[in-house]
Order: sequence, then structure tokens, then C-alpha cells
Amino acid sequence: MAVDAQTVEKLAELARIAISDETIDEVSNRLGDVLQLVDQLQAINTEGVEPMAHPLDEVQVLRADRVTEPNRREEFLALAPQTEAGLYLVPKVID
Amino acid sequence: MEWEVVIGLEVHVQLSTQSKIFSGASTAFGAEPNTQACAIDLAMPGTLPVPNEEAFRYAVMFGLAMNAEIGKRSVFERKNYFYPDLPKGYQTTQLEKPIVGAGQIEIHLEDGSSKTVRLHHAHLEEDAGKSLHEDFHGMSGIDLNRAGTPLIEIVSEPDMRSAAEAVAYLKKIHGIVTCLGISDGDMSQGSLRCDANVSVRLKGEEELGTRTEIKNLNSFRFIEKAIKVEAQRQIDLIEDGGKVVQETRLYDSDKNETRSMRSKEVANDYRYFPCPDLLPVVISDEYIEQIRTELPELPDTKCARFEKDYGLSAYDADQLSQDRGTAEYFEQVAAQSGEPKLAANWVMGEQHC
Amino acid sequence: MHQLTIAEIARGLRDKQFSSVEITSHLLERIQQLDGHYNSFISVTGEQALTDAAAADARLAAGDAPALCGVPIAHKDIFCTSGVRTSCGSKMLDNFVPPYDAAVVENFNRAGAVSLGKTNMDEFAMGSSNESSFYGPVKNPWDLERVPGGSSGGSAAAVAAQLVPGTTATDTGGSIRQPAALTGTTGLKPTYGRVSRWGMIAFASSLDQGGPIARTAEDAALMLSVMAGPDTRDSTCLERPQRDYSASLNDSIQGLKIGVPKEYFGEGLDSEIGARVQEALQAYEKLGAELVEVSLPHSKLAVPAYYVIAPAEASANLSRFDGVRYGYRCENPADLRDLYMRSRGEGFGEEVKRRILVGSYALSAGYYDAYYNKAQQVRRLIKQDFVDAFQKVDVIMGPTAPNPAFKLGEKNADPVAMYLEDIYTIATNLAGLPGMSLPCGFAHGLPVGLQITGNYLDEARMLNVAHQFQQASDWHTKTAPAAE
Repeated sequence: MAVDAQTVEKLAELARIAISDETIDEVSNRLGDVLQLVDQLQAINTEGVEPMAHPLDEVQVLRADRVTEPNRREEFLALAPQTEAGLYLVPKVID
Repeated sequence: MEWEVVIGLEVHVQLSTQSKIFSGASTAFGAEPNTQACAIDLAMPGTLPVPNEEAFRYAVMFGLAMNAEIGKRSVFERKNYFYPDLPKGYQTTQLEKPIVGAGQIEIHLEDGSSKTVRLHHAHLEEDAGKSLHEDFHGMSGIDLNRAGTPLIEIVSEPDMRSAAEAVAYLKKIHGIVTCLGISDGDMSQGSLRCDANVSVRLKGEEELGTRTEIKNLNSFRFIEKAIKVEAQRQIDLIEDGGKVVQETRLYDSDKNETRSMRSKEVANDYRYFPCPDLLPVVISDEYIEQIRTELPELPDTKCARFEKDYGLSAYDADQLSQDRGTAEYFEQVAAQSGEPKLAANWVMGEQHC
Repeated sequence: MHQLTIAEIARGLRDKQFSSVEITSHLLERIQQLDGHYNSFISVTGEQALTDAAAADARLAAGDAPALCGVPIAHKDIFCTSGVRTSCGSKMLDNFVPPYDAAVVENFNRAGAVSLGKTNMDEFAMGSSNESSFYGPVKNPWDLERVPGGSSGGSAAAVAAQLVPGTTATDTGGSIRQPAALTGTTGLKPTYGRVSRWGMIAFASSLDQGGPIARTAEDAALMLSVMAGPDTRDSTCLERPQRDYSASLNDSIQGLKIGVPKEYFGEGLDSEIGARVQEALQAYEKLGAELVEVSLPHSKLAVPAYYVIAPAEASANLSRFDGVRYGYRCENPADLRDLYMRSRGEGFGEEVKRRILVGSYALSAGYYDAYYNKAQQVRRLIKQDFVDAFQKVDVIMGPTAPNPAFKLGEKNADPVAMYLEDIYTIATNLAGLPGMSLPCGFAHGLPVGLQITGNYLDEARMLNVAHQFQQASDWHTKTAPAAE
């Protein structure tokens, strides 16, 4: 079972992952295999079962509102591919 | 043909906490770029969010002021999209289980009438950073100081029928958040921003028309003008035999027109799902009641008191009670002069200068 | 010296039989001589290790040495290490040197352990063979033509090859237990939330859990005592205090009730592996334990549920790798979209991209209910199976992996075949339970792992049960043949 190329392209766009034309068939086929595996889930009736997002039934502990983080800009900017004037640079953002 | 405008507002209010919603970085305005963006705000690998208690307290205060249900079990979700001002590639927000549920407030209009606007819900979320478009060799600069600033997004039902009603509603929200002290409400700094959903229909129609969303309105005046001009654009379009397209638009205040935001036209599919790094936030009745007892006098209570104690008209009392600073000033002048009505006229006159 | 366990090294250091510098240098030399065969390390931090070892020796001499003072270990390259490249096995992070430590790394530093470097792994921990690493596959020390399992293949192989006595690792669907089984080592995945995830690069946040790989249960207990504990920086980390998991290792297991799920001995299981596991169960009977048949009726749905939930979480977790603030950026992006598409297209390997696409699919409009929501419902049913079983038994045992180490390249062409490697381990992660794998013999000349699943927060008993087996058997002492 393959996923059609159009679906793969849509997913690639959503996930912002370039997929070359040469590999798109391969990707479609393998995605299809995985989806066929996960489609086994459809066989079971789960009506009324509460979905489980976390393995344990714990609740969130909140943090006090305090400033605890120092300025470490230079350390962080040093990791970036391109910076200037304390800013991260990216190709022009168009609104 | 008589047209009716239908408006719903989404208001983003920055909460005036000391630190961010999920990190201990400062939220102070005006710092040098990226000096208040810590490893968590920058989405460094392996970093994790921990929510700020004060943001929840503020949201509950707001919910109580809006006569709204409080979500005793609220859940953060991830809203997935790529944008350079969104370091994680998703915004942590609430969807199915927000901290504030349905509520309602009364707005007062210039003609002395009032009406109820229903609150759909209000949720906590993180603000994004800023893209700076000065030219860096044809590139944009990204400042992530604002990324992670706590916001409440306040979503109304489409209950407003004119630009004036929308402004009155927004002023009401502004009055409440500043009175509660949960936001500075400074629109010029983006502390309070508004998206307006606007549609038109023939009077008497039940069904809503196709709406457009005008993004990022940041002054009362622009909101009024933007809604008016957008409603008129839609009416003209339909009367000329056209159809309104559901889309996001931007208001250009120089030209006084709205235009389509092409970049946002790509069909978005945000793939929301519960954030696995965060657990459900459970709030007790005791906690809610404790906050209720600590609420300051709200604008509506103050308004009633001004009418009763100072003998002001409903409209004057409303005008003077909505903004915390104005109300305090009026009460000082009234007390010193011993002439509340003169004081009211004077303070209101000064406001309009 | 490289044959010593962590417990023996800690004792030897205290008794001044040798110094930390001596054992550290010895192991560093071994890594230099032998790791060309295994490729189990991505980075070796020899200089830093020797400095830390000298400092440890000073503390040992001064008599203020913490638990693992001077003991050499290595960290899976998924744990952020301040000043040391942390690649997560990916081209995307080939140049990433974090300015912060993971909580697990801090804990080992505090305990005085000496890190020799960072171990190889499947890219972003996605894989069961260590073949998806940007730094090349890891070879199984028992047979260099075979995989060591994954994703913590480097951590397991380094221990099996006696390059280091213990390593940190992570387990999202079996990534500690399966490589431990395939390399004849002892690995432990704690209860979800026992070990802080701060600074551990996320694959699937609700499933990921750090744990140790070592040669014995005794060593795993020593490491877990250091690793586990509360951390306010990780909202999902449990508020249980740090504790000594070694204290109950020698308790008797007389009367222990061992649950044996019938679903774990069916079709797909290598018969020799089945036989070794049965023999181990008989050995437990001799130690006074009682075998009880249990049923985990939804276990066949664990793999499908996992391959919705894990990719869904991963698809969002890996969005931060966008070529803007750190990591790989493509050459000369034409525009913003091109920057994203190519940085991610070129920076991620095939398996990672595949899982991101699957996750995006499962969360996308129109499919959320059928896939993501359904998988989360099945997850609850799977957890309930375990809750029911643990009403009757103290631990659950079965095989860790359905087959012994397979040949490099054997399952590469078929992702689904690779996914079924974790058929017995995945349910534990979905339920959040602790699990272990320990050596219990050989099949086709290759190590076999016995899986122990414990009840929530019951790591101490699991370790006790494993230790008692190792006191009565010598499978864990068998060493891989020397590499030529």
C-alpha cells in the first residue's frame, strides 16, 4: 500500500522537509508500509476509553514567578549559523 | 438592502509577570535583542518548559472578572507551524481544556444603551519573538526576547454588531486587565493586541457570512477604522456580485484599507496535540475562592458606586471607572474639590484633550 | 583491569589498589586500540577524562569521595554535555556544542564519575540496529558483521567490548533493553519520570527515559542510584527522593511471583531464544520463585500504537531543528522556505524524516481521531493489561527481543521488520513501567536477553530479582571474543 505522491508532498510541506523527485516513490511506499502497520489499530473497539497522554496520572507542579536566567546571549549566538547585531539572521521574512 | 456587520474579537493580552510562562527569563520590555532569551526560550535541544504559577493566578483573576467558568483541569497543547520567531516550531497553547471557559460581560455604549457580549473562552499561551525587517543584506533579524512572554488570548463570541461595539468591548477588556493589575495594557508596546473576525449579512439573516480575520490591530482607533473599512469592502464586493473569501488580512493605516496576507494563505494544518512535556494543571476550589476574595474593585462595581455615591450619569460613571488611572484621578479630584460632577466633567474633558 | 565491574572499580579505588588515572588511561588506550572495530564512540574526551580522573584521585586521597568517584563511564550522545559536542547521532547536530549539561550528566559529575566520551546511537534515537547513525553503524562485539541493536547500540557495544564498565542510555521503545540483549549486557529502563529528561534530547517525550547499561545488575543499581531523582526543570520528573537501589540486592526472592505472559512466547519468537528464556524461568523456580501465567491481551497492538504516538511527538519535538539558532543550515538558501526545507531535508537522515512524516500524518486534519486519539486509547488498554497482571504477580518475565543480533543491512530495507524488533519492549514504555534486560544464555552463538518488567517504581525489586539470577548464573560474565 503506497501513500499517493500528493499526500507525501503535502506532509513534506507541513514538516518542511525537502524530498527529491527521485526518492518520492520510495518514501511513498515506505510510508504506506508504516501506515498499514498502524492501521491494525482500527480493528479494536475503543469506544468510551479515555485517551492516555501520559503514562502516570501526575499533575503539573507550577514554578514561582522569579527571574532565574542570566543573560547568556553571546554563548547562544555563537552556536548560530548567522547572526548580526545580536540578532539571528534568516532569509527575508515576508508578511 | 440593509447590511449587518458581525464581529468577534480575539484579544491577546501580555501578562505582567516577572518571568516568562515556561522559563525563568525576564519579560521586561525594551532590553537589548536576545539578552532575555534563555536556553528554553531558544528551544535549545533537551530543554523543557515549567509553567509559571503567577500566569495561572492572573488568568484565574481574569476569568472571575469575566464571570466565567474556571478550568479546574487545563491542558497545554502544541500548535505546530514554522516561523522564525517561533523557536520550537510549535506554540504551546491551550485548546480543548483552557484555563477560562465561557463567560460574559456587559458593554456600555455612547447612546446610554448596554449589551452583553459572551466570552467563548480565554486561554494561556506563549508569545512569539519578533522579526525585524531592517535590511541585513537582504535578510531579517530575529529577536527572541518576547518569545515565551505569557499571554491570555480572550476569544469572544461573534456578538458585536458595529465597530463602536467592538471598541467598547475592547475598552472593557482593557479596563479589566489594567484594574486587576495583570497587564500594563500598553497597546503601543504590544501588551494588548487584537485580531478582528469580520463578516457581513443582510439584516434578519440567521446564518453568518464568510468572515475574514484582520490581524494585529494595536490601537482603539485602528480597530474602529479597520472594521469599518473591511465591512464596507465586503459589502461592496457582495453587491458587485463577488464573494468574500475566508482569509487573513492586514490593516494598512496609511492607506486606510485592508489587504490580503499572502504568506498566510497556504492552508494551515496546525496538528494540535497535548504537549507531552507538560502535565494537566489542576486548580482547586479553595484556590479559586482565595483569588476571588483578593480581587480589587472591578470597573463595573466601581461604576455602580460612582453613580450612587457621586450622583453621576450612567455614561459618565462608566467612562470614569473603566481605566484604573482615570478612576483614581477622578476620585482624588472629587475628594479635594468636593464637587464630584464638576470633577467628572473636568477629568473627562482633560481625557479628550 | 578492563574486566572489572563498577562495584569492583569503586572498591579498588577506595582500597588504593589502583588510581582513577590508571584505570582511565587504560580504558582510553583500549578505546583507541579497539574502537575502530566497533565504532561505539562518537567522541572520546581523553584529555578531559584524565584531568577529571586526577581530580578524583585527589578527592579519594583526601577521603571526601562521593559514590562513583573516579569510576569511568560514558554518556550516550543524546545527553547534552557542556563544552562537548552532542550530536544525537545526526548530521543536524554535528557541530552542536551545548553550553549546558543534562541532569543525568550533572548527577554523574556530582557523584565523581569520569566520562570518557559520548557513545554512538541511532539518529535521534530512532532505530533498533544503530545503522541510522550519521557516524556510521556500530558493530556487535560478539560478531562484527552483526548489529548491536539500538538505539543505544554504542552504549551497549562499549560495555560488551569492555571499553568502559557502564554507560548511560535512553529507552523510548526498547532502546536500552534490546541492545543490552543483543550484546549480552545488563540494561535498565526506569519507571517513566524516575530520571530527569532535562538536557536529554527529546525523541518522544511521553515515552523517553534515561537509564544505565552495565555488565551486572549490581552495577546498574549503583548507576541508577546516581541517575534517578527529582528535578524541578522537568515537569514530568517524579518527586520521589533519590535512593539507594543497591540496598535490597541481596534480599531473598523466595515466594516471588513471576508472571509469564503467554503472548510473549508465540509466533515470531526464535525457538532457541524461547528455550533460553524458559531455562532462566526454571532457574528462578529453583531460587524459590513461582511462575504464574498471565495475559496481556492488547500486547499485539503495542507496536502499532507506538508507531503513531512516538512519531507524532517526534514530529513536533524535531521542529526546533530549523537551521536558525544552532545546528545544520543548508548552503545559500533562496528564501525562508528553502532554508527550512533543505536544512531539514539535508540535515536529517531517512528514518528520521520518515518518522516525522508519519507523525505529521497522524496529527493532520481528518486523521487525528483515527490515528493519534485511537493510539492514545489503545495505550490506556495496554496499561490496564499490566495493572491487572500486577494484581497477581510481582514481576513479569519474557524474552527481550524476538531474535538474536542480526546482520548489518539485514532489516534496513524494511522499516516495519525493524520496528518488530521491539515487539516485547514497547508496551513497557507505553505503560511507563520499568524494565530490564539481562543475559540468560546464547542462541546461535549470540547472547540472549531475559526481560524483566516491574511494577511502577519497583526498580529496587527488579534489580534484586536480576541480581539473584546473576548470583546463581554466569551468563553476565561471558565476554565477547577479542577483536582482531
